Amino acid sequence: MAATEKKLPVTGAGPFNGVLTWVDQRFPLMSMWRDHISEYYAPKNFNFWYYFGSLAMFVLVLQIVTGIFLTMHYKPDAAQAFASVEYIMRDVPWGWLIRYMHSTGASMFFIVIYLHMFRGLLYGSYRQPRELVWIFGMIIYLLLMAEAFFGYLLPWGQMSFWGAQVIVNLFDALPLIGPDLALWIRGDYVVSDATLNRFFAFHVIAIPLVLVALVGAHILALHEVGSSNPDGIEIKANLGTDGHPVDGIPFHPYYTLKDTFGVMVFLAIFAIVMFFMPEMGGYFLEYNNFIPADPLKTPSHIAPVWYFTPYYSILRAATSEFMYVLAFAVLAYAILIWRSKSFSGGSRFIGVVACLGVIAAFFLIDAKVWGVVFMGLAVMIFFLMPWLDQSSVKSIRYKGTLFRTALTLFVVIFLVLGYYGTQPVTDLGTRISQVGTMLYFAFFMLMPWYSRMDKARPVPARLT
Amino acid sequence: MNCLKSLAVALFVLTTVVPAVGFASETHVKLDRALIDPNDVVSLQRGAHTFVNYCLNCHSASYMRYNRLQDIGLTEQQIRENLVFTGVKVGELMKTAMDPRDAKEWFGTAPPDLTVVARSRSSGAGSGSDWLYTYLRTFYRDPTRPTGWNNVVYPNVAMPHALWELQGEQVLAEAKEQAEGYMKTVEKLKTTTPGTMKPVEYDQLVADLVNYMTYMSEPARHQRVTIGLYALLVIFILIALSYALKKAYWKDVH
Repeated sequence: MAATEKKLPVTGAGPFNGVLTWVDQRFPLMSMWRDHISEYYAPKNFNFWYYFGSLAMFVLVLQIVTGIFLTMHYKPDAAQAFASVEYIMRDVPWGWLIRYMHSTGASMFFIVIYLHMFRGLLYGSYRQPRELVWIFGMIIYLLLMAEAFFGYLLPWGQMSFWGAQVIVNLFDALPLIGPDLALWIRGDYVVSDATLNRFFAFHVIAIPLVLVALVGAHILALHEVGSSNPDGIEIKANLGTDGHPVDGIPFHPYYTLKDTFGVMVFLAIFAIVMFFMPEMGGYFLEYNNFIPADPLKTPSHIAPVWYFTPYYSILRAATSEFMYVLAFAVLAYAILIWRSKSFSGGSRFIGVVACLGVIAAFFLIDAKVWGVVFMGLAVMIFFLMPWLDQSSVKSIRYKGTLFRTALTLFVVIFLVLGYYGTQPVTDLGTRISQVGTMLYFAFFMLMPWYSRMDKARPVPARLT
Repeated sequence: MNCLKSLAVALFVLTTVVPAVGFASETHVKLDRALIDPNDVVSLQRGAHTFVNYCLNCHSASYMRYNRLQDIGLTEQQIRENLVFTGVKVGELMKTAMDPRDAKEWFGTAPPDLTVVARSRSSGAGSGSDWLYTYLRTFYRDPTRPTGWNNVVYPNVAMPHALWELQGEQVLAEAKEQAEGYMKTVEKLKTTTPGTMKPVEYDQLVADLVNYMTYMSEPARHQRVTIGLYALLVIFILIALSYALKKAYWKDVH
């Protein structure tokens, strides 16, 4: 009854009017289209950095589609996996193209996501009211790392095998539950056929399923509050007579077309890498991974794929003498908290006690464990961004020198850590990684202070 | 107790440090550039010929099918008559007839599969092709090794010099070399017994072989580059079109 009473034809005219009406009386097709595409008002001043959201979506679809085709020919079996990848590269028609799309896509996904996250840092996209957009995004990033890690085992080359061995052994280092946890993850005492099979299951269905759902949540949360912009101004505060933001334009056709152009440019870069340098100098496809996995031959140098290397550097930075330096740093942090009179007495007390507890734990628990903890924290600390940033403005355009310097330094450190993560351990490399680790955490942990001290410039009322 | 402790330490050192040292011994030697032309079909065919005659006796190329060699201008009949020695069908994979258990007994380790070796040997020092080209030319006599052979690029390699009749025998000898203002001693390879080929001919043979092995490591490479150029052309047209379209729609946004 309700359906038939519902409403008039959905569009005024057109050949599909009847069909659309029929559908719309049973499914909110037109209202979804309007809410999220044709009448979703986005700020008109999106710049270069705003391409990476739609590009991430594009790469996600690309990875899923190429992944489906790879699954048709790949064999998740320790005895056949390596050969099946070469079979795809040689005997499956266009198999090489699908495989290179997927392997290049994996690295490009991380490039796009890192730039997308950097956009968030630049323009304060994580700030109130977009905290949940940021948090969903961070969970997507974590899932993406898991997805990449599980997928990297599948070609069953030397780096696949030993990379997985090293990462799973990280869990082994955790106190009490470590060894059992590592055993539970592997399903065996070493990385083996059992591990390959379960990683395959995670890679092709478990993680992608959650990933796609969270991408949906990320976009729903974004459309609920509306997109931010390079000026960090809420366009909804300035509505026109038609009830739409004066500085907003409908997502379709404006941003659908702009993003189409972005995808084309991205495709050109993608094609240059995929067709002419699919190994990307050993960074996208590691050379050692063309040797089948051999549990008896440990490679002299095991490095994770480039997108994990900043965190790998942080892991390797935690040596036992480094803990003394860190203890002093945490002590200084405790003093800073104690002297910050703007916090309430209770929270200052809790903060100082927590710091002292951490210092004690530094020496009670092995440095190796701390390496794992720091690596985890280095990723997780991004979650706190909405609350760490106490600046009065959102966008870098109106933030002062302090924040700008800190962010620039952070990017440099991230790249330096990434570089040293690809290199074999040297004394100099370890020292640089240790300094880098300190600065990496300082960027986040000191943010409540320097973002408040920072002299922000006045924000205009309308988009510039 | 103390005795047990030191035993544990010794075991730890043996299991962790020793293998590390063992693998670290693959020193980095400056590699010679392999001047190969992937479009030179004749060179590829000569290389394939050398590969099945010398390499395939011990090594496999077990991801590569014989009939794929049609890529390099051979017919199925030519492949069957000239390159298949193990009696298998032309659509089969290139597997060695040698039993891996025998191989392990004879050489201490089973010879690795060579299908993708030209990719796996790439490093910062040079491409996998450069590595193979240098490796196959730098075997020398070493009486301390079980096989009597050693190699400059791959020290203490288990493989004997399979092409020694062609290249002859070399030794690693000390030589004086003029450095900035003083004479320094370097180790250089010196031919002691010449082979059936002149050095230039041997280098050419190795280059052809490496050319073939590079092709074999990624048979789709030629197709990849050709298609890539067309794909880029199409993408650049699409960039121009999508840009023009975007511009047209955006002209009223200020």
